[in-house]
Amino acid sequence: MIPASFDYVAPTSVDEVVSTLAEHGDDAKVLAGGHSLLPLMKLRFAVPAMVVDIGRVEELRGVRDAGDHLAIGAGTTHHEIVHDPLVRQHCGLLAEATSMVGDAQVRHRGTIGGATAHGDSAGDLPAVVSALEGTFVAQGPGGRREIAAADFFQGYLETALAADEVLVEVRIPKHDGWGFAYEKFNRVAQAWAIVGVAALVRRENGSVAEARIGLTNMGAVPVRATASEEALAGADRTEDAIRAACQHAADGTSPPADLSAQPDYRQHLARVLSARAVARATG
Amino acid sequence: MTVIDDRPADVGGVGTAPWRKEDAHLVTGQTTWTDNLAPVGTLHMAFVRATMAHARIGSIDTSEAAGMPNVVGVFTGADFAEECPTLPCAWPVTPDMVHPAHPPIAVGKVRFAGDPVAVVVARDRASAVDAAETVLVDYEPLPAVVDMEQSLTDEVVLHEDEGTNKAFFFSMPTGADIDETFAGADVVVKRRFIQQRLLPTPIEPRAVLCIPQAASGDFTIYSATQIPHILRTMLAVVTGMPEHKIRVIAPDVGGGFGAKLQVTGEEVIALLVAKRLGRPVKWTETRSETNLTMHHGRGQIQDIEIAATKDGKLLGLKVDLLADMGAYLMLVTPGVPILGAFMYPAIYKMDAYRFNCTGVFTTKTPTDAYRGAGRPEATFAIERIMDELADELDMDPMELRKLNWITHEEFPYEMVAGLTYDSGNYEAATARAMELFDYEGLRAEQAQRRADGDRIQLGIGISTFTEMCGLAPSRVLGQLDYGAGGWEAATVRMLPSGKVQVVTGSSPHGQGHETTLSQITSSALGVPFDDIEVLHGDTQVSPMGLDTYGSRSLVVGGIALQKAAGKVVDKARKLAAHLLEASEDDIEFADGTFSVKGSPDASKSIQELALAIFAAHDYPEDMEPDLTGHAIFDPENFSYPHGTHLCAVEIDTETGHTSIRTYVAVDDVGKVINPQIVEGQVHGGIAQGIAQALYEGVVYDDDGNLVTGTLVDYLVPAAPDLPSFTTDRTETPAANELGVKGVGEAGTIASTPAVVNAVVDALRPYGVHDVEMPCTPERVWRAIQSGQKGGAQ
Repeated sequence: MIPASFDYVAPTSVDEVVSTLAEHGDDAKVLAGGHSLLPLMKLRFAVPAMVVDIGRVEELRGVRDAGDHLAIGAGTTHHEIVHDPLVRQHCGLLAEATSMVGDAQVRHRGTIGGATAHGDSAGDLPAVVSALEGTFVAQGPGGRREIAAADFFQGYLETALAADEVLVEVRIPKHDGWGFAYEKFNRVAQAWAIVGVAALVRRENGSVAEARIGLTNMGAVPVRATASEEALAGADRTEDAIRAACQHAADGTSPPADLSAQPDYRQHLARVLSARAVARATG
Repeated sequence: MTVIDDRPADVGGVGTAPWRKEDAHLVTGQTTWTDNLAPVGTLHMAFVRATMAHARIGSIDTSEAAGMPNVVGVFTGADFAEECPTLPCAWPVTPDMVHPAHPPIAVGKVRFAGDPVAVVVARDRASAVDAAETVLVDYEPLPAVVDMEQSLTDEVVLHEDEGTNKAFFFSMPTGADIDETFAGADVVVKRRFIQQRLLPTPIEPRAVLCIPQAASGDFTIYSATQIPHILRTMLAVVTGMPEHKIRVIAPDVGGGFGAKLQVTGEEVIALLVAKRLGRPVKWTETRSETNLTMHHGRGQIQDIEIAATKDGKLLGLKVDLLADMGAYLMLVTPGVPILGAFMYPAIYKMDAYRFNCTGVFTTKTPTDAYRGAGRPEATFAIERIMDELADELDMDPMELRKLNWITHEEFPYEMVAGLTYDSGNYEAATARAMELFDYEGLRAEQAQRRADGDRIQLGIGISTFTEMCGLAPSRVLGQLDYGAGGWEAATVRMLPSGKVQVVTGSSPHGQGHETTLSQITSSALGVPFDDIEVLHGDTQVSPMGLDTYGSRSLVVGGIALQKAAGKVVDKARKLAAHLLEASEDDIEFADGTFSVKGSPDASKSIQELALAIFAAHDYPEDMEPDLTGHAIFDPENFSYPHGTHLCAVEIDTETGHTSIRTYVAVDDVGKVINPQIVEGQVHGGIAQGIAQALYEGVVYDDDGNLVTGTLVDYLVPAAPDLPSFTTDRTETPAANELGVKGVGEAGTIASTPAVVNAVVDALRPYGVHDVEMPCTPERVWRAIQSGQKGGAQ
């Protein structure tokens, strides 16, 4: 629980961050809230020679209305997002799910950028951003590029970010009028979700026009329950119809086994929780 | 800092709830944890630990570590083998118990993942950790022995010189013939329960600092320990160093739960390295080391069999335990399950009882005392099987208990297990609990939910527990072959200015001794609560004591204090009589003032007497000039707190998730000194017992690696995970001078079976008769699935 020796810099602009990363390459690690990186360093699973603390980069913080979407600075804390009026108005799912991340202390330090760039599919936000079909904006020596959520998460603790890139923004399309729910199932409040389900539902003429379901901790990357999404399109807003559609929520998933759950139990939970989340989102 | 104290001015005596004296420095961070201490020139230790459960140690290459910056020394087991051949085990439970050597650093073999193989000493902690990573140990792997029943086959023996993995077999048949009793019974119910291993998880990890004084040859050892006195004696015994040259101080200690009732290899090594290098030496464990190497609790397989008439009258009880010792016997490892031997019959009358226990070595972290130590395991098994018997007999589980418990007129009552319970009123505590819980209302709701096939099913769990605490009568410990007594010491000194110094031999680590003992003193001497200072936890300040564990500090230490204070009052009365020129028989004492009967103006306050005896100008010829009282109290019996805990759980049958809806605890801990401290102990205890029922459990893989190595994998519940508890008390004074029974372990002992009984009760319609602890959502869900397939549909 004592990290190996490392150097530390705390730049104040994104350009400085990028040039520092360019200089140190794979030896550098970006530090945001620190809730994932510091434990890994203390256990010596991560031994970066250079820690680049982005906590003082003001331009990375805050939520901006960008027309059809919200542009959320990667350094915006969970607490700020939960209480942000724009997020609550246009992306309620993100506010609800973020309010369940960790505990109050974690939410005051942890950031949306850190929670997604770490690429841990047991975290709540990757599945939520996937369901919201958000876009990640990365900046590297060659400038900025946009990466769709579907392409961003590539494997366990692996994202599309290159070693010389820093995540600067998460863009979330506005979902005005969509119903939403995040169902988080865990054994103690502070633990990671055994399974989490993020549901978004657009209603039309008394039935479900479109549904999106993002699954937390059901694979190496956040998973969309596409079979259920398809079955829900045009479905009645009845409990039976929703349940029937959500019987397919775990189709094609290969969830992990750990002390809290074996894969078959996770798949069962994904089906049950998807039905609950969709029912709540359908309202 | 502004302190607002808006409570009445008369708080401070017995039965009131003054602010805890301990809290101001704790909540403002002005604490003295061992790790906060850093004398100039302190060296830091880092241990190299076994990365496999069982292996022969080939070569240990320390050369790179020795050459690293700031490294002062690297030592292996061989370096200390002569100075300390083995750590102590003070409880040989049978004359033929196998007691293998347990060197403070492994020699020849490692026997659990985490067994230390070398120690690096450096000028700073990070350098020590960096260097420890470079030590190369050549292991020849041996098969791990994880399962107790597998271990008993002796196919792979941990301690080859001993030739067996069986540490002991202890048998205690009492009462009527057990075989005849069972043969004649209408109903026999048999169950196997698993007591999973638990991590004690105190907030403060272990830490030790040893400061040598070269000129005098003295060593001062600060340790995060519950037992400074026992530690001093044991350090002298195991190292051969003179006891009077060792001073042990337990400064602020942040929780123990039994895990700091230990003499650890790290403490011994700190002493031996400080001796060798002549410099202060410190070690603070990391949380990962805590999980890996601080002794674990529980770890038993319980086969329990109960015999009854068809009307539900209990006839006899058989208990066969396998108790996991882990790799070595530590301070009281073998004694923990034996403490349970007396508690299986609990509050129930029966004529025949047989307790058998086999202690088994496995290649896992040693086990030892953990909150309740043997008694929670016993209480769990009896309270669980009472519910199973009730189910078998188709009786209400509370009615079965009522039919069999000792009624309040029957005290004192000699139990089949040999103890005599001095006091209790199970009917009163139960009646109050049932009322607070709305037992009948919940049963009706449960029936409705069952009838409706509701997704949320309700379960009701009962635990009408008792425990033996106030450890312990020395002669009983002698009969049980424990290596020490169970008395406690206290001294009360009047200072010249009328203030009071209290010295206790018990050693707090969160309980609030300074507050509680001040209250007893305040009431006994009639001095203000704030005029009393309680000294503890330093063998130089408090040379006699047996420390804190087994809910003993009040029941034994508090009574020693009451007696010591009584001696001060006796001396002061004699002095008052002398100064007031009256007969001692005519002196009355109330509220700190000695007065002559019938002449209330002729009086002396205890403070005036303290000054007078200090001046010593005028005092009785047959008296020495001081107002000091010293007492040692050795109890004649244990104390027997009891209570009724009722738990209602809601189980989501789709997910298996259990949530506690209502928890009612009515405890009878005898007379209460400080109701708020009692409340705190009950709350914390219940939380810890619920933790065993629903959340916590040590997991090893088949190779003997600890899987629950961090608090991410080992789930300790926190406030959001627990309901609000409804608590109340009944009060049946114990047959001792203060009427007190102790409360440190009650909640933990009571709550685990209450919760699991509730879980099983909810699932009975599915044909479920047990869920292994911790009752995780997955286990509950699988129990429902298998019940639905094969159970009562």
